[in-house]
Amino acid sequence: MPNGAPTKITQGTPTKGGIGESTLRPDGILKVTGEFAYASDMWHEDMLWGQILRSTVAHAEIVSIDTSEALAIPGVHAVLTYDDLPADVKHYGLEIQDTPVLAHGKVRHHGEPVAVIAADHPETARRAAAKIKVDYRELPVITDEASATAPDALLVHENRTDSHIGHVAHPNIVHRQPIVRGDVTEAAKKADVVVAGDYTFGMQDQAFLGPESGLAVPEEDGGVHLYVATQWLHSDLRQIAPVLGLPEDKVRMTLSGVGGAFGGREDLSMQIHACLLALRTGRPVKIVYNRFESFFGHVHRHPARLHYEHGATKDGKLTHVKCRIVLDGGAYASASPAVVGNAASLGIGPYAVDDVEIEAVALYTNNPPCGAMRGFGAVQACFAYEAQMDKVADRLGMDRVEFRQLNAMEQGTVMPTGQRVDSPAPVAELLRRVKAMPMPPERQWESSEGADVRQLPGGLSNTTHGEGVVRGVGYAVGIKNVGFSEGFDDYSTAKVRMEVVGGRPVATVHTAMAEVGQGGVTVHAQIARTELGVAQVTIHPADTQVGSAGSTSASRQTYVTGGAVKNACELVRERVLELGRRRFGTYHPAWATAELLLEGGKVVTDGGEVLADLVDVLEGEAVEVEAEWRHRPTEPFDLRTGQGNGHVQYSFAAHRAVVEVDTELGLVKVVELACAQDVGKALNPLSVVGQIQGGTTQGLGIAVMEEIIVDPRTAKVRNPSFTDYLIPTILDTPTIPVDVLELADDHAPYGLRGVGEAPTLSSTPAVLAAIRDATGLELNRTPVRPEHLTGTA
Amino acid sequence: MRVTFTVNGRPQEADDVWEGESLLYVLRERLGLPGSKNACEQGECGSCTVRLDGVPVCACLVAAGQVEGREVVTVEGLADHAEQRSGEAPARGTSLDGARRRQANGTGARTGEGTGLSPVQQAFIDAGAVQCGFCTPGLLVAADEMLERNPDPTDADIREALSGNLCRCTGYEKIMDAVRLAAARQSEGV
Repeated sequence: MPNGAPTKITQGTPTKGGIGESTLRPDGILKVTGEFAYASDMWHEDMLWGQILRSTVAHAEIVSIDTSEALAIPGVHAVLTYDDLPADVKHYGLEIQDTPVLAHGKVRHHGEPVAVIAADHPETARRAAAKIKVDYRELPVITDEASATAPDALLVHENRTDSHIGHVAHPNIVHRQPIVRGDVTEAAKKADVVVAGDYTFGMQDQAFLGPESGLAVPEEDGGVHLYVATQWLHSDLRQIAPVLGLPEDKVRMTLSGVGGAFGGREDLSMQIHACLLALRTGRPVKIVYNRFESFFGHVHRHPARLHYEHGATKDGKLTHVKCRIVLDGGAYASASPAVVGNAASLGIGPYAVDDVEIEAVALYTNNPPCGAMRGFGAVQACFAYEAQMDKVADRLGMDRVEFRQLNAMEQGTVMPTGQRVDSPAPVAELLRRVKAMPMPPERQWESSEGADVRQLPGGLSNTTHGEGVVRGVGYAVGIKNVGFSEGFDDYSTAKVRMEVVGGRPVATVHTAMAEVGQGGVTVHAQIARTELGVAQVTIHPADTQVGSAGSTSASRQTYVTGGAVKNACELVRERVLELGRRRFGTYHPAWATAELLLEGGKVVTDGGEVLADLVDVLEGEAVEVEAEWRHRPTEPFDLRTGQGNGHVQYSFAAHRAVVEVDTELGLVKVVELACAQDVGKALNPLSVVGQIQGGTTQGLGIAVMEEIIVDPRTAKVRNPSFTDYLIPTILDTPTIPVDVLELADDHAPYGLRGVGEAPTLSSTPAVLAAIRDATGLELNRTPVRPEHLTGTA
Repeated sequence: MRVTFTVNGRPQEADDVWEGESLLYVLRERLGLPGSKNACEQGECGSCTVRLDGVPVCACLVAAGQVEGREVVTVEGLADHAEQRSGEAPARGTSLDGARRRQANGTGARTGEGTGLSPVQQAFIDAGAVQCGFCTPGLLVAADEMLERNPDPTDADIREALSGNLCRCTGYEKIMDAVRLAAARQSEGV
């Protein structure tokens, strides 16, 4: 076993530590002492370092590749190109297998993997990569809708055979989802005001801090064991095994420590490359991206262009909404089809409108591939429809929050897809709550010693002491689906074991859930304590020795794998009670007649009477159950009308942003970003608030600073570093007061509602609205940069 | 080349170091101390923050040769460092204070023996300031250094001191809570 291989984490608490309590992370001590082993910390005797050579151009034919000079460097053990791939399968992909493991004849985006190298020192590997000669013949680049769908456009992918090609107008469109409900033309006649607008959303990076990394160890049976940071072990496995030419049972996968994900680890990165090199050299191979490479090594959030038309009557009721959302999927499909489905089905936001016409498409271009990121298609739409809602309210002369509340959806509302929302949808209430929070004091930068520049736009650059600074306030609300949608079999699996260890009953929870920081391991232990009444719970490392847990994405893990753990615990409890009845049933009639629970290490009646100690019931036996668990099934959206019960659950958050803008320099200080969110049931309140604050901050990032800049002439990425791609620091981030509402969803385990993504939606438009409020500018693109505020763009 | 320096109070020697290697690489790959993290390797994120002769630096921007004969403190040595500062003997196993702290907190999250935690480490756990944890080691070293200089920081002081440390998970609110908590506990002598 390599250094840094994960070990079991055992957590016992003297308190009950069940659901609803803010129990602390079981991996917390390891993480604060530096002992927690992330994927990039793995080490193995005899280990080699892998390096990837990536294309320097975005779109080109590969005329030749010469690896001879690289192979001759001492310390280099292998150099592999497309020709060295061992199996017939040479492509992979989440839904559409369109991504070559190594480029074949052509590169389609800047930074596409062309060759891989294994060497005994990372610098040797890097130098060897630089010695590989690739002769490119450059092709024109496709960078937007116009160039993608032009009559003479080159095809990014020729000979498509995927399931979407039949319903798109051009092979450079990955997927198209229209949604039509009611009669927009007729409804528009009732409108007293009609507002139209065009919006642009920049390309955001997940910017998880732990770079893509893993260690592949060749095994004696000809297989390979991959220790890796990912979001979904079994999805990786399904894509890796075929290109290695191995059956899935010869590819063992174990989750290593994951330093954040946010959607960016849903696609494969270094997994196959490390396995190929390990199998070729017969030695363990570690690959760790640096930050530069990380910007090329994972998909980003789709940049988008959006057109909206809203109509409303004088008394403030929306008559109709029309919108068209164009997402740039880049060179490979990744999660684009599902992102399209989300953008379309959530495209008008959390409002009740009977007459709608929506169209969402994703393009194939030569820009960087885009796929999953927190918010997944709903983020781009929310930025645009919330800007529209402000404009309509202004045209009507209505209060912006009241206008939203007047049109807010609620339980029972029918979505544009025809799906009736059958659990709480407290949109108006969340707006009321966020508006009711106390405002930060005016001129908050003033102190007894004068202006504290750290509290002002420009900060320690000392650009203002309050001159030219104007405050603005903005509101926004959003809607996000929870779980995988459109008929996907979105199940999870949990194995739960109960036994006596050291004289105490202990539960072990084993799932393949990727803990990426969200706190799933904390919640699993809480669920086991609640259901099995034991203090001590051991969380087994996540691996492929247990069934799939599905992805750590779509705000779904507490719902789905949490549900699977709860379900497995219930099955274990039944077996334990069965044991108890066999052993002690004759001693007390309650064994047969009462509702029995496991609490505090004992079998008790619902009246609280203790029947037996679990230690005695188990008597050296271990009870173990592995079971799959599913939420309610969903349906695909009709390809023509978009109708269908496509989503499992909806989640809602609202934000109020308070900003101060130095109107002369175009500098923005976000002073406060308050959030109200319904979470159904907070299984761990501390973690819930942490998720909301983290999601809110990522929304702030795309509002005022974060954007991957792609040169429209070359399709090359211009800012692949933390020097040039800025994510919010602690100075950029304001206080984030959070009001958590708990209205149970009766269909979900414990009534919970997925938390992670909703706060990323409304944060961005709230900040934009506040900046508009301060400056009076229209601001139809995000992120906003100083030049947009000073008129110098 | 050979580099000889002190890490967390212990003399260390690294052989066959390539001249281009950073202090971060030597710590992580040659000395078996991967606690300092490699999030950007360009001095922007602070995940590799260590103390070099007491001064917080990004270990990724320090050439290994520059540390010859000098003293480095990493997250792995933070608890001992804090304990020494508070005037007690260097920790061997769990200190009495550390044990009390952990008992009071009641997590017992790790089996087997462990060292005690510094106040700032414990506060990060208690306040929920750890999610994925990749930024945590660097933040802890930076926060501990600030509390050494400034035991009673204002919020603006905390933000300024930690502005070189990126976190992508938490939105920094729980990190603020943790540092305030550590400062309060420190001033109460807990």
